[in-house]
Amino acid sequence: MNAMSMTSSRSLLRLLTCGSVDDGKSTLIGRLLFDTDNIPDDQRAALERDSRKYGTDGANIDYALLVDGLEAEREQGITIDVAYRFMATKRRKFIIADTPGHEQYTRNMATGASTAQLAILLVDASQGLLTQTRRHAFIADLLGIRHIVLAVNKIDLIDFDQARFDAIADEFRALATRFHFETITPIPLSARHGDNVVHRSARMPWHGGPTLLEHLETIEPGGTSTGPFRFPVQWVNRPDADFRGYAGTLAGGEVRPGDEVVVAASGQLTRIARIVTADGDRPAARAGEAVTLTLADEVDLSRGDVLASPGARPDVADQFAADLVWMGEAPLLAGRPYIVKLGTATVSGVVSRIKHKVNVNNFDELAADSLTLNEVGSVNVALATPVAFDPYTLNPRTGAFILIDRMTNATIAAGMIRHPLRRASNIHRQALTIDRTAREALNGHRPAILWFTGLSGSGKSTIANALETRLHLLGAHTYLLDGDNVRHGLNRDLGFTDTDRVENIRRVAEVAKLFADAGMIVLVSFISPFRAERNMARELVEPGLFHEVFVDTPIAVCRQRDPKGLYRKADAGEIRNFTGIDSPYEPPEAPEFHLRTTTAEPDALAESLLAALRPQLGLGL
Amino acid sequence: MSVTETATATLDADLAALEAESIEIIRETAAGFRNPVMLYSIGKDSSVMLHLAMKAFYPAKPPFPLMHVDTGWKFREMIRFRDETVKRLGLDLIVRHNAEAAARGVNPFDYGASTYTQVMKTETLKAGLDELGFDAAFGGARRDEEKSRAKERVFSVRTAGHGWDPKAQRPEIWNLFNTRLAPGQTMRVFPLSNWTEADIWNYIARETIPVVPLYFAKERPVVERGGQLLMVDDNRLPLNPGEVPQLRKVRFRTLGCYPLTAAIESEAETLEAVLAEMRASRMSERQGRLIDHDDAAAMEKKKREGYF
Ligand SMILES: Nc1nc2c(ncn2[C@@H]2O[C@H](COP(=O)(O)OP(=O)(O)OP(=O)(O)O)[C@@H](O)[C@H]2O)c(=O)[nH]1
Ligand SMILES: [Mg+2]
Repeated sequence: MNAMSMTSSRSLLRLLTCGSVDDGKSTLIGRLLFDTDNIPDDQRAALERDSRKYGTDGANIDYALLVDGLEAEREQGITIDVAYRFMATKRRKFIIADTPGHEQYTRNMATGASTAQLAILLVDASQGLLTQTRRHAFIADLLGIRHIVLAVNKIDLIDFDQARFDAIADEFRALATRFHFETITPIPLSARHGDNVVHRSARMPWHGGPTLLEHLETIEPGGTSTGPFRFPVQWVNRPDADFRGYAGTLAGGEVRPGDEVVVAASGQLTRIARIVTADGDRPAARAGEAVTLTLADEVDLSRGDVLASPGARPDVADQFAADLVWMGEAPLLAGRPYIVKLGTATVSGVVSRIKHKVNVNNFDELAADSLTLNEVGSVNVALATPVAFDPYTLNPRTGAFILIDRMTNATIAAGMIRHPLRRASNIHRQALTIDRTAREALNGHRPAILWFTGLSGSGKSTIANALETRLHLLGAHTYLLDGDNVRHGLNRDLGFTDTDRVENIRRVAEVAKLFADAGMIVLVSFISPFRAERNMARELVEPGLFHEVFVDTPIAVCRQRDPKGLYRKADAGEIRNFTGIDSPYEPPEAPEFHLRTTTAEPDALAESLLAALRPQLGLGL
Repeated sequence: MSVTETATATLDADLAALEAESIEIIRETAAGFRNPVMLYSIGKDSSVMLHLAMKAFYPAKPPFPLMHVDTGWKFREMIRFRDETVKRLGLDLIVRHNAEAAARGVNPFDYGASTYTQVMKTETLKAGLDELGFDAAFGGARRDEEKSRAKERVFSVRTAGHGWDPKAQRPEIWNLFNTRLAPGQTMRVFPLSNWTEADIWNYIARETIPVVPLYFAKERPVVERGGQLLMVDDNRLPLNPGEVPQLRKVRFRTLGCYPLTAAIESEAETLEAVLAEMRASRMSERQGRLIDHDDAAAMEKKKREGYF
C-alpha cells in the first residue's frame, strides 16, 4: 500500500442511490441515516409528524420523508431533485446523493453520479430490472463509477425468496459484463423494514454477504489514479507588480518547486518557482489541492490555460469525439453554437456530427440526427479555439465538459471526451504576412458585416441593395450575400428544417467572415430567424465588425406585400416550415440598427444607415 | 501508526478535501461574475467561509466586499466581533439596515418572527443586492442544516426577484459550475454546501479561527419562555409580568437575532468541550432557531422568497 492510499483509507466515501421510480431509494437512505443514529431527536419527532401527514406506509414511519425535502416531493411522494445527506459512523464519513428515479429527472441523477465513487442501484424485487435500472447503470458506468451495490429491495414483498434474488443478481451480472465495474455487490434488503441495511436480517439466513452498512464502511474505492501533472489556471492572482501567481486546483499528478512545466496550448516551457498558500510555501502539491503557483519565467498564461508535465502532455485540439448525456429541454441540433465549459476554459463550440445514440434498454447504437432530453449519444465536437484536455477515462477532471445554451443559459449536456480528432491539428493555421490592415490600406476603408435580418418580405434585400449602391458610389468594395446567390449554390444541399437553417446560417457567416477578412463591406440579407445563429455570426469576427440590422416589418404588412407570393402558398399549406407561420422568428434583442419600414421608405432608411456607418467605415470623404 | 494517529490523519484529509473544494468554488465565483459579494452573518459558518476566502486569494485580499444585513437585533457581542474582524483583516464591509422599517416599529415581538424576518432580513438583503448591483452573493449555508437546503445547488440561480425555483435547478455536474445569468438573474453561491456542523467545529479548532465568544458557555442573563432560554442582551426585550432575568451558564449553537435565538445550558467553555458536547447532543443545531419551526416547509418557503 502506498502512502496516498494509506492516508485515504476509510476516508470520506461519496455515493449515490439510483434506480427506477419508487424502488425505495429515499426510503433506504432515510433508513440508513435513522438506524445509524444520524437523525437528531428533534428531527425524529418531526419525521413522526410528517409521516402521519404525508406518509405512504399508514401510520408507520415513512423514512423517505427524511430525504424528500421539497414540498412538491412530499406531496407527490416522489423525488424530483438530488438531496445531499451526510452520515458519519465510527468507521467512516459519507456524502450521499439521493437521486430521483423518474425518467424526466435523469439529469438530476447524473448530477448526483458525477461526484460519486459508488452507486447503490436499487431494484424492486417484485419487479426486477427495469429500463431505468439499465439506464442508470449505463450512466453510472459512463461517468466512471466503478463500484456498484445492487440493492434488491422490497424483498419482504417476495417472501425473502433466495431464488428470485439470485435470478435478479445473475441477470444484472450478465448485463454488466459490457460495463467497467470493479465490484458488484448484490444485497437482499428491505428498506422499509430495515432488513440487511444496518442490522443483519434474521429473515434471510441464506444471505452470506455483508449488510449494506458493513459493505459501505469497508469498501476501498481505490486510489483514483490521476495521471500526470495537470493544472488548469482558474484565477490570476496579481495583488501588486511584484507578485504574479496562478491560482487553481491540481487536476492531476504532483508538482514541486523546480519542476519543469509546459503551457499546454502554446508549448512554452518554464519552471515552478513557488507553491504559495496562506499557510506558507509548500514543498509539493498533489491532485485535488487548491494552491497558487508562481513561475520562473514570464509566460503568457491566463484562466482557461493548462499547465502540464512536459513529458506527458495533454491533447491540444479544436475537435474531439465524446459521449454526451443530453439534458436540454430543446433537442441537440448539430451545427448550433453552444458554450463549452471544459476545465476552467469557456469556448464556443458546435456538435459537428451525431454518430449514434444509445437505446438504454439493450444498449444498441442507433443512427440519430438529434438527441432529446435524457438521451445518451456519441458525437464529434468542434471548438472555436483549441483547448487542452485528456480522455475522460484517463482523467475525469480534464476530460469532462458541459454544454450551455447561449439563450437560456441552461446546462444542456454533460460530456466525456473519448479522444481528439487529429484532422484539424495537421492543418496548421498559417500566420499570413498580408493581413487585414494591409488590405484596408489598399482599399481605403474598413471592412464590416452588415447583417440584415427580418421576416420574408420585410424589405431586407431592397434596403441592402439601396445601401450597396450608395457604398459603391463612394468607392467602397462591397458584396451582397443573399438567398439567391447562396441558397442556389453553396447551400444547395440544405432545406428548411431547424437543423438545416442552422447550418445555412453557419456557412453564410463563415463566408461573410472571409469576405470581411478580404477587406470588403459585406451585406448579408437572410431571414436568419434564430438569435443563437446570429450571435454565432457576431462572435466569429472581432468586436465592432458585425452590425445587426433588424428590418422590422409586422407580419401582416409582409403578408400584404407578399412580393414572391410565398405567404399565399404557405397559408395554403404548400410550403412547410415558413418563418412567421409554422416556424418561429426570434427578433434581435439589441440590434445595432432597428429599421421600421412602416414609417419610412427604403431609400431613406438606406441613407440613414449610411450616415451612421460612414465614420466607422472610414468613408468620411 | 496508532489508531488515534490514523483517525487524525483521516480527519485532516477530510477537512483538507473540504477546504480545497470550497476554495475552488470561491475562486470560480470571483472569476465568473462581474460583481460578487460575501454575505457575512458573523456566525461560525461565516467565520469559516471568510477564512477560506482569505486563503483562496492569498497573498491578495479577496476581490469582493463583505455585506452584513443588520436587523438591529443582533447580539451586541456579534457586532463588536464583526467590527474587530473586518479591522483585523483589513476588508471592506457594507452594512445594510432597514432604518425606515425599524422606525415604523417593525420588531420581533409586535410583528411575529416570520414577518419581522421577511422585512428586516430578506427584503433588506434583496434591496442591498439590487441597489449595489451584485450579481453573485456567497452564503455560508450548509446542506446538513435543513432538508430543503439539502436540495440546493452550490451555484443557485435566483430569479429577478431573488426567488428560488427548486423544481427548475440546473444540473450541476462535476466541478463544472455554470456561472451564466440572464439579465436580472443573480446567483447565490454556497461554498460550505458539503460541510457538516462537526466539520465546521473541527476546522475552527484545526485552524484556530476566532469565533464570537457567545459560542462558549458563560453566565449570562436569561429568561425562560415556552421551554426556550432567551438571553436578555439589552433592555429592549419586553419582560412578561413576573419575569426576572436570571444568571445561567449558557451558550449558543447558532447565532441570529437575540430574541429569536435560544441558548442552551452548557458547561462548555472551550473549543474541546464544545466539540465533545456537540458529539453527544441528541438535538439538531437549528433547534434553537425560532424562525424555522412554523411548519415543515418554512425554510423552503423563505428561500423561494429570496432568503438565503
Ligand atoms: N414493502 C416495501 N415497501 C418499500 C420498501 N422500501 C420502500 N418501500 C415503499 O416504496 C415506496 C417508494 O419509496 P421511495 O423511497 O419514495 O422510492 P424512491 O426510489 O426514492 O422513488 P423516487 O425517488 O421517486 O424515484 C414507498 O411507499 C415506500 O414505503 C421495502 O423494502 N418494502
Ligand atoms: Mg426518492
